[in-house]
Order: sequence, then structure tokens, then C-alpha cells
Amino acid sequence: MTTSSPVIQAKNVWKIFGPSPEKYLSGMTPGRSFDDIRADGYIAGVRDVSIEVARGEMLVIMGLSGSGKSTLVRCFSRLHDITGGTIEVDGQDIMSMNERELIDMRRNKMGMVFQSFGLLPHRTVLDNVAFPLEMRGQDKHARRERALEVIELVGLNGREDYFPRELSGGQQQRVGIARSLAIEPDIWFLDEPFSALDPLIRREMQDEFLRLQEMLGKTIVFITHDFDEALRLADRIAIMKDGAVEQCDTPDKIVMNPATEYVAKFTEEIDKARVVHARGLATPLNGAAIEGAAIDGNATIHELARILVNDTREILPVADKQGEIMGVMQRQAALDVLLGGA
Amino acid sequence: MASVSTDTPNKQHGQVSKRTVLWTLLGAAALIILARAFGVLPEWLHRIPEGAIPPTAQVLDGIFSFIQNDLGLIYVTRFIAEGPLEFLLDTSANLLEGKRRWPNIGPIPWASVAGVAAVVGYALGGWKLAALGAGTFLWTALIGQWKMAMQTMSVLVVAAPLAFAVGIGLGILAWKYRWVERALKPMLSVLQTLPFFTYLLPAVIFFKVGPTAGAVATIIFAVPPMILMTTLGLKKVSPEVVEAGKMSGCSRWQMLRHVYVPAARTEILVGVNQVIMLCLAMVVLTAFIGMPGLGAKLLAMMGSFKLGRSFEIGVTIVLLAVTLDRMSKAWVVKQPEHFDRGTPWWKRNHLALLALGIFVGFILLAQVFPILSTIGRKQHFSQGKEIDVLIKSFLAMDGIRGVTEWLRWFLNVKVLIPFRNTLLAVPTPAFILCVVAFSYWLGGRRSAIYAAVFFTIVAFSGWWDRSVITLYTVISAVVLSMMIGIPLGVVAARSEKWSNRILLACDTAQTFPSFIYLIPAIMLFGVNDVAVVFSILIFATVPLTRYTIEGLRTVPPEMTEAADMSGASRKQKLMSVQLPLALPTMAVGFNQAIMFAFFMVIIAAFIGTQDLGQELQRTLAGTELGKNFVLGMNVSLMALTFDMAITSWAERRKRALGLA
Ligand SMILES: Nc1ncnc2c1ncn2[C@@H]1O[C@H](COP(=O)(O)OP(=O)(O)OP(=O)(O)O)[C@@H](O)[C@H]1O
Ligand SMILES: [Mg+2]
Repeated sequence: MTTSSPVIQAKNVWKIFGPSPEKYLSGMTPGRSFDDIRADGYIAGVRDVSIEVARGEMLVIMGLSGSGKSTLVRCFSRLHDITGGTIEVDGQDIMSMNERELIDMRRNKMGMVFQSFGLLPHRTVLDNVAFPLEMRGQDKHARRERALEVIELVGLNGREDYFPRELSGGQQQRVGIARSLAIEPDIWFLDEPFSALDPLIRREMQDEFLRLQEMLGKTIVFITHDFDEALRLADRIAIMKDGAVEQCDTPDKIVMNPATEYVAKFTEEIDKARVVHARGLATPLNGAAIEGAAIDGNATIHELARILVNDTREILPVADKQGEIMGVMQRQAALDVLLGGA
Repeated sequence: MASVSTDTPNKQHGQVSKRTVLWTLLGAAALIILARAFGVLPEWLHRIPEGAIPPTAQVLDGIFSFIQNDLGLIYVTRFIAEGPLEFLLDTSANLLEGKRRWPNIGPIPWASVAGVAAVVGYALGGWKLAALGAGTFLWTALIGQWKMAMQTMSVLVVAAPLAFAVGIGLGILAWKYRWVERALKPMLSVLQTLPFFTYLLPAVIFFKVGPTAGAVATIIFAVPPMILMTTLGLKKVSPEVVEAGKMSGCSRWQMLRHVYVPAARTEILVGVNQVIMLCLAMVVLTAFIGMPGLGAKLLAMMGSFKLGRSFEIGVTIVLLAVTLDRMSKAWVVKQPEHFDRGTPWWKRNHLALLALGIFVGFILLAQVFPILSTIGRKQHFSQGKEIDVLIKSFLAMDGIRGVTEWLRWFLNVKVLIPFRNTLLAVPTPAFILCVVAFSYWLGGRRSAIYAAVFFTIVAFSGWWDRSVITLYTVISAVVLSMMIGIPLGVVAARSEKWSNRILLACDTAQTFPSFIYLIPAIMLFGVNDVAVVFSILIFATVPLTRYTIEGLRTVPPEMTEAADMSGASRKQKLMSVQLPLALPTMAVGFNQAIMFAFFMVIIAAFIGTQDLGQELQRTLAGTELGKNFVLGMNVSLMALTFDMAITSWAERRKRALGLA
């Protein structure tokens, strides 16, 4: 397994809800829009999506309510059988897996946090968190220990013996998070995992997932409605509309070069200077002469504001993480981003 | 006939208007009746001639005996009866009533049972239920009915768990496989309208007389709601919980065992409640096939008009029913609560330990004080004779007697007999046409077709007159109970306090085994037609009142407020806003009332009537399985006809009102 091969590779994935979706899809003329499909009495949950998720990447999926985010993620974990296309996880076509293989994959590779938690109502916090371990057949003591560990991590210690209905919404959500943390999966599907958390805990949880991703190289597919959260976490952002992925790119590119009208509208309200990094604006040297000190490519334009305003050079050299010059940036372009001009 | 249907212009493009069809049907019926009145109706149109009636019973008998003897089914069933089932029943009988069988330990002292009942009651619902549990068994013991009650209970404790197991198993299968569900569904709806007598005879034939047959009939009787509730509960499990299970890597079995069944807990426990209550009702009724116990005793006492003892046994049955019902309902709503961390083992299980302590403690004490074990013949506090005298002298008081006798005379001479004679005078085809017209008017075309088919089958069964008498009893009782139940509900619904009280009373009354309703009827009217109608009347009033209140209470407040703001008087509001909106719900009550009436009419046959029930009871004495089935089928078909028409009406109405 080389790191370059994607963990999840989806090709032309369709998920259509309705009476006989396979038949409908095979007989459908290409290029039918979401509304056309609805007029035919079907709902296109996912519409011709091709996407790859690299190992160790954090992919954030955004989009309006009902745009198919949850559905897409459910296709990745085969909670939904897809109607068309292929999905490969670690190079294996998940639609061709038999029940045993599917169970093994879910037990060992995948974890998921559900939008509305999906806690088992008859089990205590501890038993809910230990549930995946129990299903794997771990012995009682080991799973208890591990469960207590992650319960502590999400800050629920002292409530191990509570039942879900005895907890607040945010606490329930943390149980769901703890449950998915318990087995430390390679691939994580997080469906609005922090929506019910207060800002403080939310930030803590974000840090925790960032840490896990960086330290253990986990692959994470993350759904959120919160752009700030997306920016904080994302390597790439995919923006969905009516079941289709409109654009999937780094945050810088999404903001700077929206592929469609819709994406442009979606990112309209965002302060671009906080999103765009110097490296994002850098163009190759092409032998141009550089003068003076280089600026940090990993800084956002907002962070560089003072320099940009005070500096008089027209062209600024940009350095990468290691301090080597990776390109140059037009000061005017940066100022445009900063001041919202042009 | 065309002359009758006046609005032929309504016939557009082959579409016949509803009115036309109705008038045609009724007109045809009227013509036949008139023809009969003038004596021009040929006899074969009045009643189906003997010769034309297919020998259904004999054919069925043939089929049964084929299955039974040639296919050897009887060996299988007898094996079950004499093997595992009898073993279980013997064990429970030994433990509870001390029958001399393996394991030869019993009987368990009554004090132990009462003590454990108290602890279980406390665990489920606090002091009130503890008192109810202990009180019930204390009463049973003190009044000297312990042995009888335990004979009943020993069948119940075997039948209820088995019915639960079968029900949940089939329920899971029906949920998992569509074809199982599709196969079960019609069977269940027939089973639920089948009079209980139809369960008894096959049980007797295939599973020898006594507790075994009683248990089998009880199990079959109690299984349907368990199946329905299980399937319902499993279907309702939230999809995210299911997905969470899948993502945790559950295998199919783990999924069922750890996710579905626990998540459907509430519905499954509601099913358990129904299983227990139906089992109790049925176990009491198995008295008809010679099962000893409370039912048999009650039957004997009522038969010999010993009102005092009947009354006492009635109280015992009611107490048992209420206790079992309250406890199992408390179990439904009881949710697990967490213990603080570090709670020691004995504290977590303190109630179980307490129950065990009491159980063993009383067994030991009973060695020293035998009175705690069994209360002997001379020791109990039964006041049967005294109550008997009291009741009889009360009823003999001039005022009371005048009223009951007048009522009896009035109902009999002025209402029931004329009504019955009228119904019997109607020629069969006309009768069927009227029923079809009624179904059509209420339920639409489908219901009408079913009504036609069902009643034609009844006509050809050879038991037409008795079926009509059954129907007459049902209709009279339901009409009378509407006159009582609906006004009562309307009045009660005016105040929250009274609604709740009456609802509670109805709830409680609905848990009583139907036998109980015979007691006041016999007390007041003796053994005759009026008593039958009266017992059905009480039985059927309960659901009517209940659903009237519930229907009125569910009328959205903004609608009554709108009526208030339009200046409607109380009566206007009731007539033009509340009742129309409550009607679909009330229809459910009406439907239940009719079903209950069909059920009760058969039990009441014990008092001596001339309907199908009587014949059914007679079949139990012999082995006329075919006839038993034909009779049961008649009752079931008539009940189904009404059930379909009313349900279909209520559903359409609800949709039209946007209440569905
Ligand atoms: N099981 C299903 N059956 C039929 N339609 C479905 C099903 N699941 C989802 N859909 C439809 O698919 C579309 C996408 O739903 P999805 O849950 O993926 O939206 P979402 O982007 O996650 O929205 P939200 O942000 O509100 O969670 C919706 O129109 C929804 O109605
Ligand atoms: Mg969603």
C-alpha cells in the first residue's frame, strides 16, 4: 500500500431513492437534472459523484440541508447500496464485498459519528461506548478500560452509568464521538459531529481530531455547516448541491477560484483574507529576481496585513515551511484579497 | 327494480352514483319483503332450502379426520401434549397448587407468593403496586380460593411465556421476511375475530382434555397481538440506531439481539401486557372444556345461582386481572435508572435479594405456622352465604324488584322479542341486501362486496336463523349501550377530572375477563335473554364511553376556540364542531363494541340463549369439529363484515378531516 493510492475512491457514484432505482438509472438519459429526476418520482441523493480521499487527509463536505452530504457518506460506508458507479476502499470494491467482509471492514477500519447520534437507548454511556468493542469480541475488562479512557477524553467521566435519555443533547453527541473513538478506526466518517456542542468543547474536540489525524495519520471525512470549522480542519473542501459535488478543492482555491456560481455564492460572505494563504497566491519564480526578506507562505493574508500595507515591494518572495523560496506573490493581488477589491 | 331508482340521470359514463346503488339495493330488499308479506314469494327465496345447503360440516369433519388420523398429526400433537407441555404444566401445578407430580415440592406457601408479589410490585411501581400485589394474594388466600386461583395461575404461568416466545418469534420472522408477514396478516385478522370457542374444540381433540388443551387454546388465543406488537416495534426502531449497530460491525444475530429487540422494548412489553391479559381471560374461559380453576368454580356457582360465592370469585378474578395488568403496564413505562458509581453488588440487586429473602423466610415460617402455607376449609373468611342472602334480599326489596321486573318485562316484550321476530321474518336475500346496503353506505364498494360474500356464506352454512338471532342480540345490546355510553362519554369529557376518572374506570373494566360481566346481569335479571343483552351491554359500553371521551379530547383546541369565538352555545359547539371531529375516533369504539358484543354473546350462551353460542357450546360436549368450525366461522364472518365497513369509514373520515 503506497501512500499515494487513495483510501476512498468513488467513481461516478449515484444514489437514487425511489421504487426501482436501478432500472430507472439504467434507462435514464444522461444529463438529467435533480428537478427532472424528482419530476419522474425519484430523489437523487447522490448524483454522479467522483471523488478521492487520500490517506491521512481530512476532507470536509459542505452544502445546504438536503444536498446529499449524509447520503454520500453513507454510500462510502455501504450503509446505502449505491445505485450506480463504484466505490473502492483501500483498493477493494465495497459493493462486491460479502456480508462477512463488510462486517470485518466496519469492525476494523471504519468509524462513524451520526448526525442524530444513533445511541442505543437501553445501554448506559459505558455500554454504548464499549459496544463496537463488544461486537468485535473483546473481553469485558479490556473494553471497559478502553471505554473509560475515551469517555474521559470527551469529558464525560462520572456519567458512565447514565442512560442516553438522562443526558443533554451535547452530552449524547459526545457519547457518539467516544463510541467512534473507542476502536480508533483508520477511516472516520463524522456527520456534523460537533453540531450540539458548546464552542469551548467544540474547539477541544476539533483539536483532538486534528491531533489524531496528524499523529496517527487517520483519514477523515467530515460534514459540517460551519465554514470556520471547515477552514480550521480541512485539507480539502467538497461543496455539494442537489446531490452533486460542485467543487472539491483546497479552501484557498474554493475561495479564490469558485468553479460555479453556486460555490461563489456559498463563499460570498467569507472574509477571504482569513482563508487565503500566501502560498495560495504565489506564482512560480520563472527566473524573476527576488529582493528582500521572504514572507511565510503558510500565513494567511490577514496575518500578513501589516507587512503588506507597509512593504513597498511590488513583488514579494514567498517561502515554504522549510524556509525555501517557493514563488512570488503580487502585493496588489494580496491587497485586493485583504481589502475586498476587485 | 329500475322503477325504484329514481335518479337514473345520475348515470354518467357508466359511473353509477352512490345514491343509486343504495336505493337499488334497499329497493330490491323492500320488494322481496313485500312479496313475502303478500305471500307471493317462493319458499326457496325466503330461506335457502335444506337440500341446497352444502354439507360443509361433514366435509370439514372429513378433512380434519384425514389430517388427524391419516396424516398422523394427532400423534405429533399428542406427543407435545403428553411430553414437554404436560411436563411444564405438571411442574407448575405441583409448585403452585401442590398437585402430586414431579418435582413434588409444592405447594409454595401463599405467604411467600404474596410477599414476592409485593416486592415485584414495589420494584415496578412503588408502594401502591406493592399493596395491590400483596393485597390480591392475601384476599385470595383469606377468602379460601387459593387452590382454585393457583389452578388458574399454574396454566397461566406456562401459557403466557410460551405465547410470548411463539409471538415474538413469529413477529421477528414476519418483520424479516415479507412473505411471512403477508401469510400471517389475514390469518391474524381472522384469528382475532374468531370466537374463542373455535379455539377450544380443536385443542380438546388434538391435545387431550384438561390443562393441556386449555393451555394450547390459551396460547393460540394470546399469540396474535404479540406478533403484531413485535413487528410494529421492530419496524419503528430508528434508522440511525440501526446504522450505528451496522457500523459497529454487528453480525445479523448481534444486530437482532443487541440492537433491534432492546430498542423495540416498549412495544414488545405492551405485547407482553396483552399476552398476559388475554391468557388470563382465556384460562378463565377454558372452564367450558372442563379446566378446573376460578372459571370452572364461577361457572358452577352461577349455574346454581349462588350469587354470594359468584361475587367473591368475581372479585378474585378482577383483582388478579388488575394486578397483572397494572404490573405489566408499569413494566412498560419503567425505564432503567443508573446507579451511582461504586454501588456495591448487593445494593444494586437489593430488591431481588429482598424478594428471595421473603420467599425463603415465609417457606421456613410456614413450617412452624401452617396457616401461612394453606388456609384450611374452616379457617377462611368466605362470607358466601351471607352475601348471597344480602344480595337476594336486596333484590327482593319492592322498589328494586319493581324496577328490574319492569325493565325485564319492557325490554323483553316491547323491544327484544318484537325486534327479534321482525328480523327472523325477513327473507334471507332481503336481509343480505340490507346488510350489503349498510356496508356500502358506510364503507364503500369493497366493504359491500365482502359483506355480500360473507353473508352469503353464512346463509349457506345452514345456521341462518341462529345467526340472525346472534346478530339481533348484538345489535340490540350495542344500540342500548350507545344510548348509555355516548352520553356518558360526552358528559365526562366536559371536565378533565371526570374524563380521567372514567377513562381509568374503562381501562380497568377492559382488563376484566369477560365472564365477570355475567355476574351482575344474572344477579339483576336471572337467567334469560334480558340478562344476556344486559351483560353484553355493560361489556360494550366500556369501549364506547372510552373512545367517545378520547375522541372529544383530541379535538384540536383551536377548533373549539374558533367555535367559542363565533359565539356558539355549548350544545352548538358539541353538535357542529366537537362530535363531527370526534366521530372517526368514536367509530373505533363502536367497532370494538360490536366485536366485544360478538364475543360476549357466545359466552352469554351459557345462560341459555338460542343463538350460535348455544350450538357452539353443545359442540364442545361432543366431537363435532366440523360443526364447531362452521359455527365459529359464521360468527367470525359477521363480525368481520362490520369490522371492515366501520374501519374503512373511520379511515376515510380521518383522512378527510386531516386527522390521520
Ligand atoms: N432513506 C431515504 N429515502 C428517501 N430519500 C432519502 C433517504 N435518505 C435521504 N434521502 C433524500 O436524499 C436527499 C439528501 O439527504 P441527506 O440526508 O444526504 O442531506 P444532508 O445534506 O445530509 O442534509 P442535512 O444537512 O440536513 O443533514 C434529501 O432530499 C433526502 O430527502
Ligand atoms: Mg445530514
